[in-house]
Amino acid sequence: MKELVIISGKGGTGKTSITGAFASLAGNSVLADCDVDAADLHLLLKPRIIKKHDFYGGSRALIRNELCTDCGKCREVCRFDAIEIRGPVSPHSQKTYQVDPVACEGCGLCAYFCPAQAIQFDLALNGEWYISGTNYGPMVHAQLGMAEGNSGKLVSRIRSEAKKIAEEEKIGNLLIDGSPGIGCPVIASITGADQVLIITEPTLSGLHDLRRVAELTRHFHIPAMVGINKWDINEELTGEITRQTKELGLTMAGKIRYSRAVTEAQVKQVPIVEYTNDGISQDIRELWQVVMEELNKS
Amino acid sequence: MKIAVASGKGGTGKTTLAVNLAYVTSHAVALLDCDVEEPNAHIFLKPEIREQHSVGVLIPEVNPEKCTLCGKCGEICQFNAIVPLPKKVLVYPELCHSCGGCMLVCPDQAVTEISREIGKIEQGQAGHIWFAHGILNVGEIMSPPMIKAVKHAVPPAELIIIDAPPGTSCPVIEAVRGVDYTILVTEPTPFGLHDLKLAVGMLRTLEINFGVVINRSDLGDQGVREYCDENSIRILAEIPDDRRIAESYSRGEIICESLPEYQSIFKTLIQTVVAKTDNKLKARA
Repeated sequence: MKELVIISGKGGTGKTSITGAFASLAGNSVLADCDVDAADLHLLLKPRIIKKHDFYGGSRALIRNELCTDCGKCREVCRFDAIEIRGPVSPHSQKTYQVDPVACEGCGLCAYFCPAQAIQFDLALNGEWYISGTNYGPMVHAQLGMAEGNSGKLVSRIRSEAKKIAEEEKIGNLLIDGSPGIGCPVIASITGADQVLIITEPTLSGLHDLRRVAELTRHFHIPAMVGINKWDINEELTGEITRQTKELGLTMAGKIRYSRAVTEAQVKQVPIVEYTNDGISQDIRELWQVVMEELNKS
Repeated sequence: MKIAVASGKGGTGKTTLAVNLAYVTSHAVALLDCDVEEPNAHIFLKPEIREQHSVGVLIPEVNPEKCTLCGKCGEICQFNAIVPLPKKVLVYPELCHSCGGCMLVCPDQAVTEISREIGKIEQGQAGHIWFAHGILNVGEIMSPPMIKAVKHAVPPAELIIIDAPPGTSCPVIEAVRGVDYTILVTEPTPFGLHDLKLAVGMLRTLEINFGVVINRSDLGDQGVREYCDENSIRILAEIPDDRRIAESYSRGEIICESLPEYQSIFKTLIQTVVAKTDNKLKARA
């Protein structure tokens, strides 16, 4: 089983549209959406949810005001400014201590040091993840709760479930839609993968972010290829990116032209290669060929 | 007054908006680029960097001579960052959230804290704009402490514009926490709408006032407008899909400089947002 992760550094370069097109071209693969805090792949692949699971990424503190003695120890030990003081709620207390669930890091110090054992510290529900069926193979995806953290842990969970399915059902390819940036969820999506495809665009921002994300893949020793989306927006920069890709020791996998059909396909909620056979779909097919060859080599 | 520019979906135009709003405003303004994983505002502003400093987080260091291997540090750590083994205690610096628990519970004072660099902050000036950004070291997992450090800057400005990272998770929450207003940038597509809803949910949870800007507004469908309408969300401005903007952006230019006809959109937008926020702040005071 080969695992390909599609990332970009910069957001909005076309990761999800390209992953969706690859899913369609591959025919049968396992799909995973690891961009858990802005997941969009399901809008193209229309998964039918088969199993839903709760995701508990960490614990969270909750002060039981009826036991609280207002000593303030929790506030003293918390380094995340997560303990707030409000007005009295009962006749026996001057103040009410409360945990701001958004600021709470889940370290548990307040609960550990509370002399009145007034703080509960239980697993917190951070989101849900799903195993689904699509026309292109099984899909694992998730929904992080509003203003929730622990996205890296959720990404790791999704990837391991997707791998398990690929092995059990003997499906050769695992296609992963990653998230922008170079931080926690991206690192969780790429560590140990067979190949990474970095989708960039010919803008100075795209190039800047490509260099940082390429440094990241090198840091974790993961072979990476580059695809340039909307290459004809700035041909000079496309040339420069091609040159720098070689210099960085990465494989130039292909170029995709700019086309408004990408947005039209998105509005119709179908992978672009099913929406049109025009040039852009040819570009994506060629890119897919090269990506498959590289993936099989790795 | 602090105003953040955020988005949910990446690549909708946060940096373009933040940079151009700073460029056209007549207020004494600062721009803090809080996308510490992939900071881009400097590409457009080309600031003269006058100061640079390292940002560190605290991690434990165990003195083996004092340590009695009691295991209390491992018990309190929720992040598996400190692991007592039969003969020594291992520390995994990247997993540490700097809560200080291990140091507090150690009965033998064997744990102290040392600083570990996770990135750096650069600050300087770009014309009338005071500028700062954070650059997370490549390979670092946690960006929120870095974002917090950028936000600690105290610029000589009455208006602070924060360029937030994409998404709706911890880094964005850190970037928008405590701001007076957030401009959400989206595009009128199903992806844009889906991620806008998540960003709106996040801001409502955080109780932060916000409005929406629709970028590349003549593309896509009506979903974003209908959603805003149904949920009484104010659409602050619409920016058309103009190939000249895309080309100018690709070269790292400020739109209002290279295409001056767009100045009025950005000027009206920043004036509207500042006036709205000013009224809210006065009403609260």
